[in-house]
Amino acid sequence: MNKDVILQVKGVSKSFGGVKAINHVSFDLFRGEILGIIGPNGSGKTTLINLITGFVKADSGMIFAEGRKLTGLPPYKIAGLGVVRTFQVPRPYHSLSAMKNLVIPLYSSRIMRTTGGKLGDRDTVALDILEEIGFERDAHVPYRHASTFPEGYLKRLELARCLALRPHVMIMDELFSGLSVSEISSIIPIVEKLQISGMTIIMVEHRVRELFQLAHRVMVMNFGEKIVEDVPDEIIKSEIVKQAYLGVT
Amino acid sequence: MEKRKERLDRGIKVRTEGIYAISSWRGIAYVAFPTVAFVLGLLIIPIAVSSMAWQKIIIFACIFAFLALSFDFLAHFVGIVCLGGAFFTGVGGYISGLLNSAFGLPIVFTIPIATIGGASICTLFLLPCLPMRGIYFAIVSLMYPILFHRVIQALDIFGGTDGLPGLATFPNIWVELYLILPMIIILTFGLRRLVNEDFGMVLRAIKDNDQAVRASNINITWFKTKAVFLASAVGCFSGAYLAHLYGWVGLSLFALDFSIFPIAATVVGGVGTLVGPVIGAFILTLFSEMLREFGPLRVVFYSLILAGLVILNTGGLVPYLERKYHQFEHWIEI
Repeated sequence: MNKDVILQVKGVSKSFGGVKAINHVSFDLFRGEILGIIGPNGSGKTTLINLITGFVKADSGMIFAEGRKLTGLPPYKIAGLGVVRTFQVPRPYHSLSAMKNLVIPLYSSRIMRTTGGKLGDRDTVALDILEEIGFERDAHVPYRHASTFPEGYLKRLELARCLALRPHVMIMDELFSGLSVSEISSIIPIVEKLQISGMTIIMVEHRVRELFQLAHRVMVMNFGEKIVEDVPDEIIKSEIVKQAYLGVT
Repeated sequence: MEKRKERLDRGIKVRTEGIYAISSWRGIAYVAFPTVAFVLGLLIIPIAVSSMAWQKIIIFACIFAFLALSFDFLAHFVGIVCLGGAFFTGVGGYISGLLNSAFGLPIVFTIPIATIGGASICTLFLLPCLPMRGIYFAIVSLMYPILFHRVIQALDIFGGTDGLPGLATFPNIWVELYLILPMIIILTFGLRRLVNEDFGMVLRAIKDNDQAVRASNINITWFKTKAVFLASAVGCFSGAYLAHLYGWVGLSLFALDFSIFPIAATVVGGVGTLVGPVIGAFILTLFSEMLREFGPLRVVFYSLILAGLVILNTGGLVPYLERKYHQFEHWIEI
């Protein structure tokens, strides 16, 4: 893996009222890696994602993606620069079929721009992407309304929505939460395939076992601060992580 | 010979909702009948009714149908509850009236200019409220007509309380009727097409989940602006048309009826059907005419019936008819 920094977070802070949700967090994300972020509930993982993707404005600090400043941009522009996210609670378009759910990102200016208007029929492209995440085009699944889907399908649909934007960096917010073991095992190969194809991925996760199989590096957060960042094997041994999770002193 | 009942759509209905596999004239007739009935019905009504008075009533029904279409489009497909009907008719009417009385432009120019120009003005005014959702947008859009009404009254501009009389009118009632009726048909089916196009998909997605749309590199404010422009253009057209129908514009163009009535029509006809609001507007207008002999009590009956419809949660006339239509059965031999 080359050490080419694709996303750089420099000392970002965010307070909600008197609570310091994020306190001077900095990290680098290298091209092609999977960075896992773990931490107890309320440690600021989701807020960090919201800061990177522009859904929450940072009080201080800077975020760069491939040399371009992200801080201060609205969410849709950040997505346009190829930094896209999934939501912890899936946010499908309930009144549209799975296939039409993907027509939305395919209608974005990023796709119009990168394909030079030569995308082809959006429905066909949407079916191709759905096939990548395991919705067979000949089955009835792509044509069903998203409101009829179980949680595992919705999570995959979230992934598909991100993939449709042809991102450089994908940020997955608790992709495995609320899923059964078999549903998780159907998603893991998708993530692995993405990584092999060169995607850079940030995974925020509570399912540490599955995350440590996938991640190259893991960052641990607690009380809005980064407490340690290392390879998974070292994180498991780390005393400071045990303290954060178990409260052992 | 044994017989059993079978639904009419048995042979052509595909499992997925709303898709038919048609292979015969009977199939075509079955699927096309509601549309044909709606279009022909609208075109034939003016000939079917005898008196001029009823023809005028039909024209008013059409104007409310326009506003109801605009309301339904914004509310059900974009998620913006807009009570700006009175705002749209007022702005459209006054622009058309001013162009006609001050510059002497003929109707063929004033109505299109009032439609586009009025829609631009309305959109500009509503632009700051677009980030607001639900009831907040509704309140602001309801305030604008009152605001304009008072400004015109207080500053005594654009004719003040007297309005602008002596505008050009249409040559005869047939022109009035057959200008607006085909427009309704085009607009109904045009909007229905639009909300099923990719552009319309984005609008519906904004209604379902605007955060996910923002995360998909789509500027939702820009899309909402386009939708509001479209809806206000429809409203401004009806305002401009109304100005030339009366040959007069006045403060009554900002009357709240234009905001409230379309909602009632949409509720009666069926929310989110686009055809429903049109039919609802016709039913309500005819209905309020028939109640006219009750005098002031008319509004009471009217309100009671509307309240009943909402409480019973009927879901609207068109969805009900649609359900019944698909349940039609006929006898077949087995």
